[in-house]
Amino acid sequence: MSFFSFGQSAEIDVVLNDAETRKKAEHKTEDGKKDKYFLFYDGETVSGKVNVTLKTPGKRLEHQGIKIEFIGQIELYYDRGNHHEFVSLVKDLARPGEMTQSQTFDFEFTHVEKPYESYTGQNVKLRYFLRATISRRLNDISKEMDIVVHTLSTYPELNSSIKMEVGIEDCLHIEFEYNKSKYHLKDVIVGKIYFLLVRIKIKHMEIDIIKRETTGTGPNVYHENDTIAKYEIMDGAPVRGESIPIRLFLAGYEMTPTMRDINKKFSVRYYLNLVLIDEEERRYFKQQEITLWRKGDIVRKSMSHQAAIASQRFEGSANAEKALSQAKEDSS
Amino acid sequence: MSEPAVADTRRLNSKPQDLSDAYGPPSNFLEIDVFDPQTVGVGRNRFTTYEVRTRTNLPIFKMKDSSVRRRYSDFEWLKNELERDSKIVVPPLPGKALKRQLPFRGDEGIFEESFIEERRVGLEQFINRIAGHPLAQNERCLHMFLQEETIDRNYIPGKVRQ
Repeated sequence: MSFFSFGQSAEIDVVLNDAETRKKAEHKTEDGKKDKYFLFYDGETVSGKVNVTLKTPGKRLEHQGIKIEFIGQIELYYDRGNHHEFVSLVKDLARPGEMTQSQTFDFEFTHVEKPYESYTGQNVKLRYFLRATISRRLNDISKEMDIVVHTLSTYPELNSSIKMEVGIEDCLHIEFEYNKSKYHLKDVIVGKIYFLLVRIKIKHMEIDIIKRETTGTGPNVYHENDTIAKYEIMDGAPVRGESIPIRLFLAGYEMTPTMRDINKKFSVRYYLNLVLIDEEERRYFKQQEITLWRKGDIVRKSMSHQAAIASQRFEGSANAEKALSQAKEDSS
Repeated sequence: MSEPAVADTRRLNSKPQDLSDAYGPPSNFLEIDVFDPQTVGVGRNRFTTYEVRTRTNLPIFKMKDSSVRRRYSDFEWLKNELERDSKIVVPPLPGKALKRQLPFRGDEGIFEESFIEERRVGLEQFINRIAGHPLAQNERCLHMFLQEETIDRNYIPGKVRQ
């Protein structure tokens, strides 16, 4: 807002062409609140209209150009001044001149590459947004519209189980097994703990999911650990030969896909922490990394054609079933 | 491979447990009792000893059933040895009760029955907490404290397991 100009001012409004049909996704803001934003996938076109409404009808609006940008950027909280833009597209909407009445401009960013998932974390934020700007001599008028991007993956070809024997010499030996090493966000962790030697007095056992956000490089690496889940799997004292089952549903927890070295700026990794607690509150634990990925949704009629293509490139369970029934037919 | 949605969430196969393991005595039996306080000596040279009885089936202890007599300063010695040599956080001992050792008290001071009982409970909690710690079980001082008749303060500190 300019308090000193007696001239014209304007309001900008950015509206997507498919605002009625496009799905919205919930995303956490920096202060912890949850908001809904339009959901996009890699390769989808971003198109819409920029409405410029003159505040005082009749007065002219002089400007140095009107443009709209599509930006994907990484912002490190400890270094707010430097935004690292990994996607930066611009479309000019109007050459320098003057507007005598409110106007609407069309724009289209065709098949935009969106290589990373939107992420708001403890020390870093990755966001995508449209920014419409009316350039003026003294002060620009601009409006930003955030969107959310999800990255989809397929069922991995190789997904070995995690099986290990660990312990403290002569005190505690256990063998733990998790059915997979890569889980999608709505998956189930199925596993078991087998006790080979128990010479300590165990009171209970739990599985924790730990999220580790790593920012910075070289000597300035900073890890932020957050325990997302604590799930008790055993209450009481086990003896040798006891098998304790694990069944942990991931859909109930707020998690993101595993992000490794995003644009060389940050990583978000997840670990399963198996914790045994003895009668004197001593904790024995074993941490193991798991890879989380996002599964595409089942294709729905209401999705845009492009979103359907994006989903089909990465099979949801519906398509996997279709492909398998096909394979069954072929083999019989 | 059958439908992945079903196979992925099936319980993993586990070995059946041997019944002797399931119903036999557990391998983590360790109980230490601190009891039978006795005050020995006369006048200003009096002190209280407690019986410390260890019953266990842990192979690291040479004797499955041992009994020794210890006084408060022996417990202090053990705490200091462990704090110096092992990496564990040693739990606190019950208080030294210096005030109770001052003259002109209305009661028996440190030989007051209720005080001795309070101290006995604290010492029992202390030794049970310590003796169950896998790292403390590795220290020679703990084994000497629990299972040798007298504490040799000139012993050579060291580890038991290799």
